[in-house]
Amino acid sequence: MNLAYRDIRHHFGRFVLTAVGIGLLLMVVMGMSGIYRGMVEDAVLLVERAGADLWIVQKDTHGPFAEVSRIPASLGDRLRVVPGVRSADNFVSFTVQRELEDGRQLRAVVQGLDWPADRGEWLPLTAGHAFSRAHYQMVADRSLGLTVGQQVRLGKDFYEVVGIARNMVSSGGDGMAFLTLRDAQAVQGDMVGESIRIERQARLARAERIDISRTQPVLTERALGPSGAIPAIGPPAVSAVMVRVEAECDVERVRGIVSSWPDVSVYTDEEQKGFLLEGNVDRARRQIGLFRILLVFVSGIIMALIIYTLTLDKVHDIALLKLLGARNRVVFGLIVQQAMLLGAIGYGVANLIGQWVFPRFPRRVLVSGSDLVMLAVAVAGISLFASLLGIWKAMKVEPNEVLA
Amino acid sequence: MTGVGARGPAVEVERLDKVYGSGNTEVRALRDVNLAVSGGEVIALLGPSGAGKSTLLKAIGLIEAPTAGRIAIGGVAVAGDDRFLVNVRSFRREHIGFVFQKANLIPFLTAVENVQVALEINDEPARAARRRSMELLDYLGVSDRAGHYPSMLSGGQQQRVAVARSLANRPDLILADEPTAALDSVRGRQVMELFRKVSHEQGASVIVVTHDHRALDVFDRIFEMEDGRLRPHEPSP
Ligand SMILES: Nc1ncnc2c1ncn2[C@@H]1O[C@H](COP(=O)(O)OP(=O)(O)OP(=O)(O)O)[C@@H](O)[C@H]1O
Ligand SMILES: [Mg+2]
Repeated sequence: MNLAYRDIRHHFGRFVLTAVGIGLLLMVVMGMSGIYRGMVEDAVLLVERAGADLWIVQKDTHGPFAEVSRIPASLGDRLRVVPGVRSADNFVSFTVQRELEDGRQLRAVVQGLDWPADRGEWLPLTAGHAFSRAHYQMVADRSLGLTVGQQVRLGKDFYEVVGIARNMVSSGGDGMAFLTLRDAQAVQGDMVGESIRIERQARLARAERIDISRTQPVLTERALGPSGAIPAIGPPAVSAVMVRVEAECDVERVRGIVSSWPDVSVYTDEEQKGFLLEGNVDRARRQIGLFRILLVFVSGIIMALIIYTLTLDKVHDIALLKLLGARNRVVFGLIVQQAMLLGAIGYGVANLIGQWVFPRFPRRVLVSGSDLVMLAVAVAGISLFASLLGIWKAMKVEPNEVLA
Repeated sequence: MTGVGARGPAVEVERLDKVYGSGNTEVRALRDVNLAVSGGEVIALLGPSGAGKSTLLKAIGLIEAPTAGRIAIGGVAVAGDDRFLVNVRSFRREHIGFVFQKANLIPFLTAVENVQVALEINDEPARAARRRSMELLDYLGVSDRAGHYPSMLSGGQQQRVAVARSLANRPDLILADEPTAALDSVRGRQVMELFRKVSHEQGASVIVVTHDHRALDVFDRIFEMEDGRLRPHEPSP
């Protein structure tokens, strides 16, 4: 006769409630480590997906994610002639927060991809397709809530959402919107007519202050025209250049060459991830990490207490069993089986509810297989430990107590 | 005497002393108690509250060791020198049946399971244990309540289930501490007669603590305890 089962059958409602309670507690623990993992994963996802071997950024900065980096757009041309470089794509990244036509706030990190070399085929798409044209197309992360075919106004132009990507968010959790590089620069450099007029007037004023304008009057005329026509003003800067190296070529060699250039800094893929983890998400990550450890301890104690209390409830029955001459293994079986069952059901409940709840979180909750295994081991350990407490109590119970 | 082995009195108690506490709070619950019960004998213990009746049963039942003196059951020395000399739990489950003043059933087991658990603790296979438990409940007239939990049974019904449990392993010795306190006089008498029947059929020794003077004719011998001392009962005229 299985006493553990019989006891549960008799107190079924209480047992279910307890198991669900433990399950919810474990779900919170699971969710917390999922949030931690998701944050780490999200932070490095773009770097990972972009698959660049080297990131070339403004000298002495740790850009383009951890801080602002500005380098001339022509840097790509210089890099492309370095032996071993397969491709060098310009990369632009900045955050926008705009109001959509329907009044919703669109907060997105705009990433410019170097069309036509980079058509965004590496993006994990759930709907639509990558870029098919040089202009006016957008691939948006799912979290932005846009749909394929939707027209989004950024700056002066409308961009059509052609693809929806999955899990492409910045380290701050904002969804990413991919445009072609030129479009991204247009959005970034967008100025209304009035500010352009003011800027041109300012140029004129500056030109008139220096003597060259008096000897070269055509300069003052140019100052009132588009920036592209003035050689002293370069094309808009980019944030970084992503370099991919030929398969047969050593990354370190290319890095050696480029890092000898005095105007840029070079980082590998791994270093770039390091900047993100140590910089952007470092505090948040540590905060959540510590909280997670705390949570594991607290829930461990709560679980142990619950199981121990269940044993305390049965002290009288255990004394009676001893009085009837029951061997210790009968008593231990009752305690350990119930504790293990509670742990197992709690774990199952946590899993089930988690699967339903976690995808509804605003940021990614990534419950990895190894986390699940670790939690299972922890739950089993706690259940066993609590059983030992219960057994220790049961050992001390005198059969006499029945007769008191 | 069945089971335990050697010949002689089934229960033999010699010069038993039990002292609780020490100094100011010292209580001498048993003083120089001597008793011999043979197999098939049914004994009653009378006496006022606090006389030491339960203490004597606990000593014989291997629940609380006496301070001095020795106890033998079926010729086996089980207690002496302030401690028990055998594995008390295996000895209890194999040779002794208890009935307490309160029924003391396990609340999460049904009536029949409460009897069955005593059998399974003693390594009886589940199926056979179930059959015997049903028979015992039938015997005690509570088989119609077999599937009920103790909380759904009346006090008397609970007590009868407890009696069934005490008989389950065909013990050589049955110790009953006021088993009929919760029963009306008719039921109380029935239980006493049942003990007698079992005792005579199985050769078991039975020691019953009782306050019910109306059923005394059932017993082979009657003892009286007072202030820790045991003496034969002299019926008042
Ligand atoms: N665990 C204990 N610690 C201290 N004293 C005890 C303990 N158990 C019993 N006693 C004392 O031993 C004496 C005998 O108690 P016992 O329980 O044997 O009496 P009893 O004859 O069974 O009484 P009742 O008819 O009320 O059940 C009492 O004075 C009691 O107070
Ligand atoms: Mg008593």
